[in-house]
Amino acid sequence: METLLIIIVGILGVIAITQAVRVFELSAAVKGEDGADNENVTDKDNRNQGMLLLIFMVLLLGGFIAMVIGYKDTLLPVSASEHGVNVDNLWDISMWLIIVVFFITQPILFYFGYKFSGRKDRKAVYMEHNNRLEFIWTIVPAVVLAGLIIYGLSTWSNIMNPVLDENEDPMIVEIYAKQFAWTARYSGEDNQLGYANVRMIGGTNTLGVDPDDAASLDDVITTELHLPVNKPVLFKFRSQDVIHSAYMPHFRLQMNCVPGTKTQFMLTPTMTTEEMRVDPEMQAKVSRVNEIRGERGDEAWQFDYILLCNKICGSAHYNMQMKVVVESEEEYNKWMSEQKSFAELL
Amino acid sequence: MATHEAHDHHHEQSFVEKYVFSQDHKMIAKQFLITGMIMGIIGVGMSMLFRLQLAWPDHSFPILETLLGKWAPDGVMDPNIYLALVTIHGTIMVFFVLTAGLSGTFSNLLIPLQIGARDMASGFINMLSYWFFFGSSIVMVISLFVESGPASAGWTVYPPLSALPQAIPGSGLGMTLWLVSMSLFIVSSLLGALNYIVTVLNLRTKGMSMTRLPLTIWAFFVTAILGVLSFPVLFSAALLLIFDRSMGTSFYLSDIMVAGELLSNQGGSPVLYQHLFWFLGHPEVYIILLPALGITSEVISTNARKPIFGYRAMVGSILAIAFLSFIVWGHHMFVTGMNPFLGSVFTFTTLLIAIPSAVKAFNYITTLWKGNLRLTPAMLFSIGLVSTFITGGLTGLILGDSALDINVHDTYFVVAHFHIVMGLSAIFGMFAGVYHWFPKMFGRRMIKSLGYVHFWVTFVTAYGVFFPMHFLGMAGLPRRYYTNTSFPMFDDLADINVMVSIFAIVGGIAQLVFIFNFFYSATRGKRASMNPWKSNTLEWTTPVEHIHGNWPGEIPEVHRWAYDYSKPGMEDDFVPQTVPIRENEVETGH
Repeated sequence: METLLIIIVGILGVIAITQAVRVFELSAAVKGEDGADNENVTDKDNRNQGMLLLIFMVLLLGGFIAMVIGYKDTLLPVSASEHGVNVDNLWDISMWLIIVVFFITQPILFYFGYKFSGRKDRKAVYMEHNNRLEFIWTIVPAVVLAGLIIYGLSTWSNIMNPVLDENEDPMIVEIYAKQFAWTARYSGEDNQLGYANVRMIGGTNTLGVDPDDAASLDDVITTELHLPVNKPVLFKFRSQDVIHSAYMPHFRLQMNCVPGTKTQFMLTPTMTTEEMRVDPEMQAKVSRVNEIRGERGDEAWQFDYILLCNKICGSAHYNMQMKVVVESEEEYNKWMSEQKSFAELL
Repeated sequence: MATHEAHDHHHEQSFVEKYVFSQDHKMIAKQFLITGMIMGIIGVGMSMLFRLQLAWPDHSFPILETLLGKWAPDGVMDPNIYLALVTIHGTIMVFFVLTAGLSGTFSNLLIPLQIGARDMASGFINMLSYWFFFGSSIVMVISLFVESGPASAGWTVYPPLSALPQAIPGSGLGMTLWLVSMSLFIVSSLLGALNYIVTVLNLRTKGMSMTRLPLTIWAFFVTAILGVLSFPVLFSAALLLIFDRSMGTSFYLSDIMVAGELLSNQGGSPVLYQHLFWFLGHPEVYIILLPALGITSEVISTNARKPIFGYRAMVGSILAIAFLSFIVWGHHMFVTGMNPFLGSVFTFTTLLIAIPSAVKAFNYITTLWKGNLRLTPAMLFSIGLVSTFITGGLTGLILGDSALDINVHDTYFVVAHFHIVMGLSAIFGMFAGVYHWFPKMFGRRMIKSLGYVHFWVTFVTAYGVFFPMHFLGMAGLPRRYYTNTSFPMFDDLADINVMVSIFAIVGGIAQLVFIFNFFYSATRGKRASMNPWKSNTLEWTTPVEHIHGNWPGEIPEVHRWAYDYSKPGMEDDFVPQTVPIRENEVETGH
């Protein structure tokens, strides 16, 4: 990869030098001649620049294809959440649409630049408008966009107001952000979070949970987020200091944590950590990463879901993270039974 | 009359009157341009520094210690200065280069010249506008040197981070100066914009109806309206932030404990700031983009030797984009916990912008069709603009869709999108403008070959920098990370980051070619003729040597629109606006 880059830089450098030399040649050639017209564009310039536009077009489209092939494995794997699958479908459709438009419009633009590059003996066509054409390219995007908007809005509303089975209450979990760490608070058996406010922070009560609220006592505070697979979870987000953003890219989930208010997002994870580890795409990525880490002498990486901060929050913003584990219900229950409740913590 | 008398009275202007406190729009345009260029050098230079950090974290670069001093001990950048650099880079590029540098330069230069006016409506207000901008630039540059570092909460300076010095060192004196600088900047913008609006409405020469205005003027005019309506809202956002920072109010602050200290603020909402900020922030995108599109319309039509295709549709789409730009700001806030219904509304309005934008793109392409293209550096930059406008605009369909935004919000996908659609398009428009109107500004020609070198290196490296960033974003990489090394899942992106940085550094250095060409040509370039591009618009009927009042005699009268290029039945392939309609000429309704 780096060799390729050095080659590219080298080529650019050479182009720059040759062009610079041309400047001197040209300026020498016209010395003493009538000055200003020398900076006018000649037919030869038009031909050369038109050709360069065409070459650039090939580079742009070729570069795009090369990147898609080359970077395929670095991208996020298949979604590990219920709503994420819908997001990915919408993403794929939108992406294909814009790729098609990209591959139509860019070549036309550069090809016209090449094809109609000027000659002294030619005259342009006088055409100042054409209602029919303009009507077509107003209506066609409008219709396509209408489809995209409808599809997008229905996806959005399904994500924001998910329909659950009647007797299925989501498990409520608070995600608590502060500079520069995440904490999770499970609502415990009553599935109710105790009241909390920064004004109650003190001693071991780092989240400001109200000890007098009966709902608080069975809350469980952890520094790792464990979730049972296929169970809906309603996250409540809270921040102690500045705005943070809880970003779990593998679940296509993101929500800001805003001091002074609560935000929420409902998630149903569909793949356990173990399942994701054996996903072929993920295995390709992991082996690629570990190859790089091996070269650097870093220890090998094992995949884990992650929650990271995605809103600038201070100097260690780049390292504000929490491990997320999705596991079977039994494993989850076992893990939960090992955690201390808020009452025990006090 | 007084004006007549003042005009006849040709007193020698002193140096200060002519070059410093000038009230002549042409000189003010140059002042804006050169100040903008200096700020641009600082802004682009900063991006090259933080690209070093992103590609080679932990690597020691002695130059960083030389430039950043205590912020880069042993040549390795400190996280705080990294955030400061991205913050100031964004601020400078968005406001100082692409707003003041672009609008300030070309609105000032072209509005009076293209509508046929002796000067702006108020030369004095125009001068004030520049000097407020100058003061604002000075304060911003001073803020780089304060003990606690410059503002570093991102260019959007969201509170509480920007309100609390305990949260980040840059939110101390650096942030105060940032707010002072922006307040001065807003004053400058408003003074300028009011002047532009009044001038366009009142000072058009005889025959210059609104439907004969060149598209550049339409773009500057609508841009000025956008500015007047939106900048005051940013001012209120900044003012309330100043109150929260210095006077203990709680507009944006509530229930906060930071660095172990419990704050007494209660009842405010940080999201309120975001609403106010983006109410300016989104129109701001078009304040930057529309002038570039206006310049492109002019440059493409002139150099294609063809009328701009669909003039009325172009004006209509400028107006439609401007209107819509006021009702889409919420798409920056899909994941703030805003009511999901609002998210739906903003998705709807946002995606609508694609329609007028598509019309513009198609009309540009059609203007090229069967033209006789003169591929000057200005023309190449304009074609480049159309390319980046399409590329960047398309990814807007993804980001404007709330459901899709969730997962790429604040990632490099966003960085790629707005740099291409707004940054590159606008800067290409600015370059196109400089190359095209340089003979008008300085009476000399720029060196063509250096222009070609500049364009190609810039174009290739610009795509090289920003195109791969889409893939970084699709891998889930957040923006504003000092380094990606804390997450093994991003380790395989290191190669991409190295490539991006190499392109960025080469592209940045290539701008020296432009700067050399600019200053060399301004002083020693070949003398330009009066109408070097064989253009139709009025500015090319003024003498090469600038005079106060623009035209030595009467202001010319306008008889036709600006785009009669290659009109059948005419001997030349251009017909200046001052040429009366002939008896047997085909009427086109302009």
